[in-house]
Amino acid sequence: MDKKLKRELEMQAIRIRMDVIKGTFNAKSGHPGGSLSISDIMAYLYFHKMNVDPQNPDWEDRDRFVLSKGHTAPALYGALALKGFFPESEIERLRKPTSYLQGHPSLRLTPGVDMSTGSLGQGISAAVGMALAAKLKNKDYQVYTILGDGEIQEGQVWEAAMFAAAKKLDNLVAVVDNNNLQIDGTIEEVNSPYPIDKKFEAFGWNVINCDGHDFDEIDAAFTFADKKNGKPSVIIAKTVKGKGVSYMEYAVEWHGKAPQQEEYDEAMNELQDRLTELETLAAQE
Amino acid sequence: MADIITKATRIGYAEGLLYLGETDEKVVVLDADLAGATQTAKFKQKHPDRFFDCGIAEQNMIGIASGLSLSGFTVFASSFAMFASGRAFEQIRNSVGYPHLNVKIGATHAGISVGEDGASHQCNEDIALMRSIPGMTIINPADAVEAKAATIAAAKYDGPVYMRFGRLAVPVIFDRDYKFEWGKAQVLTEGNDVAIMATGLMVNEALMAAEQLKNDGISARVINIHTIKPLDEECVINAARDCGCVVTAEEHNVIGGLGGAVCETLSENCPTPVVRVGVDDEFGRSGPAVELLHLYGLDAAHIVEASKKAITLK
Repeated sequence: MDKKLKRELEMQAIRIRMDVIKGTFNAKSGHPGGSLSISDIMAYLYFHKMNVDPQNPDWEDRDRFVLSKGHTAPALYGALALKGFFPESEIERLRKPTSYLQGHPSLRLTPGVDMSTGSLGQGISAAVGMALAAKLKNKDYQVYTILGDGEIQEGQVWEAAMFAAAKKLDNLVAVVDNNNLQIDGTIEEVNSPYPIDKKFEAFGWNVINCDGHDFDEIDAAFTFADKKNGKPSVIIAKTVKGKGVSYMEYAVEWHGKAPQQEEYDEAMNELQDRLTELETLAAQE
Repeated sequence: MADIITKATRIGYAEGLLYLGETDEKVVVLDADLAGATQTAKFKQKHPDRFFDCGIAEQNMIGIASGLSLSGFTVFASSFAMFASGRAFEQIRNSVGYPHLNVKIGATHAGISVGEDGASHQCNEDIALMRSIPGMTIINPADAVEAKAATIAAAKYDGPVYMRFGRLAVPVIFDRDYKFEWGKAQVLTEGNDVAIMATGLMVNEALMAAEQLKNDGISARVINIHTIKPLDEECVINAARDCGCVVTAEEHNVIGGLGGAVCETLSENCPTPVVRVGVDDEFGRSGPAVELLHLYGLDAAHIVEASKKAITLK
């Protein structure tokens, strides 16, 4: 991947993470852990991969994005705000009764949200429907969806996986955010979905494993997923829950808890330091 | 007496879909491995490119319907009422109702008249479930003519609709030139002693009950409530005011369905005695459909009895 682009994406990912922390801190609730684990992929999708137009959110030929793991909306809102779908100031009003940023994505309220999600397992089915619609209309837009690794315990995910392969929806790319943690513990402790790759393979999907925090690997994975071989693709992204905020990393308690003032300061300082570092590097390059 | 023509409302649904297939290229039909029974196979035969069998996976079918509707299609998703409204309830609630998408759920084999398959397949709870979803329209046609007209009308309406059809062939009561009025209750007979508000296959039973009541000197106003939600409150309140008592009749649990809706409306706007005819909060059982309808009190005789009781409550 182009060095300059990579640096730019790294910086956007940090900005998304700062929005995640800002949003959940002000809301005094929300899901920072899983939002931080997908921030790099969100940056890649919205600032490189996807063909979307913030001035025209309902543009018919746009690529679609469905956040099947809807509780990590703060990362989606960060990406949408940075992309220009709505003012970044709204992030601080996350989860407030008068805000259009709901706890989980709502397509009727928020510009740029392609599907209302939040109840796990449902988003992928809508994404499958969108991919099927593209085939019916001979449109060449792509449909992207991100699932949690705990989410794939939902049976509906496998109903959707079976249908997508049976209907040869090679315009659909699913990402499994494999941070290995769910509310009640590690995914193996709770109800292991492993081996995730072999399961999708058996369902007839192209399967790509990657490091979900390495833009070269992310880029290679999505580029591979672009190939149209009559199969939907799944990218199993190895990630770290809480990535980018030291005390949240690998810590299951940050699944659905907001930082307090001190924690907020610590997180924002750490992210700001990282951003400054990246900006300095970018200036030198 | 002329021969009575009977036809299941699910046949009317299929006729409506066939009409739409010819006239509206945005219409797409989904099924969950019941296309022969729901009758959507007829659409599939004519328009195979716009028909998708999702297999035995109702939850995913509803999500696919959402995705298709978000891309501009008018989607009819079909299964038995039990699995459409029950198995996929939360998908309908969160992936169709909450985003208010243009998805029509064609639920066939509703109610006790499923017959021999028994309680697991006899859905008497779907109206209650669907009524509880904000913004959901619920249509329960009385005969095949109305079913066809309602299906065509549903495609013209932008938003979620739950349509309830039956397996059993029931008398055709409307003429071919019948006009379906979205959201409007329909007064079928004038009367002032009791208002009988019926839906689905109970409309014909209500008409027969009114004939019997006439012999006893009782004039009944029979009202066809094909649209249960939003309820035509004006018609319901006027009838209650004019008649002073009400009987509701539905092939559904007496809890949460038409009876519940009418009671809620009247208790807030025009408190009136109401007697509900329906499945008395119990599960069904196997047996021939018509026999079951009598066994569970879903017939003209029970409406007559309920009407006389309602009059004593005035």
